[in-house]
Amino acid sequence: MTTAATRSVVIEKELPHPPQKIWRALTEGPLIQEWLMENDFQPAVGHAFTLRMKPMPGWNGIIECRVLAMEPCKTLSYTWGTLGLGTVVTFTLTPTETGTHLRVEQSGFGPDREANYKGAQYGWQNFIGNLERVVAGLE
Amino acid sequence: MPIAAGVLFKSLADPTRRALFERLSRDGEQTVRMLTDRSGVSQPAVSKHLGVLRHAGLVRARHRGRQTHYTAQPKALAPLVDWMTYYSSFWHDRFDRLEDLLKRMDQ
Repeated sequence: MTTAATRSVVIEKELPHPPQKIWRALTEGPLIQEWLMENDFQPAVGHAFTLRMKPMPGWNGIIECRVLAMEPCKTLSYTWGTLGLGTVVTFTLTPTETGTHLRVEQSGFGPDREANYKGAQYGWQNFIGNLERVVAGLE
Repeated sequence: MPIAAGVLFKSLADPTRRALFERLSRDGEQTVRMLTDRSGVSQPAVSKHLGVLRHAGLVRARHRGRQTHYTAQPKALAPLVDWMTYYSSFWHDRFDRLEDLLKRMDQ
């Protein structure tokens, strides 16, 4: 159960570009749209925004986000909530001799704060813990 | 998000449906009436929730006389458990696109 709640995805990449340039791609709406998704991002802590993909059956394609922290050219962190499940996405930029080391971590797979606020009594966290055991038991 | 996971998330986003699904997983096959008696919601509401779960492949219905019996299909949960895998390939893909964008920004 706790492993499901704390599990995170980490992806890292070396990019032959300076942090300033990558920062623009992470924080300017039209650029974000080119590599990530349609958005109404604003570089301000506390700003609520959405990332939008093409809707598909069973999903409206909308990811609800809120900027949690940012330090220009170094780190950017926002919530990532969709279908009642909330996570946090954090980008970290580290200058290297040849450019930038970019790291993204998506963490805290657990109950969405918004969903909790709406009074979901039956937590995703327990549920995912339970279903992992169920699926593990299938094999 | 893959379609399968999207349908699953939506169907399980409702706490009543999660509870129904867990009941069926834990206690085995049950009729709508049995599920209604212990759910605290009306039978039409339970039927509607079961319909959503069925659409997502999470439960299977078996008609027997005038009763419909439902069983959980836990294997349908696999995409949900795999969603971290999904996000891992998602970010790989997006970072490739970011790299392309950065090259174009040079021009």
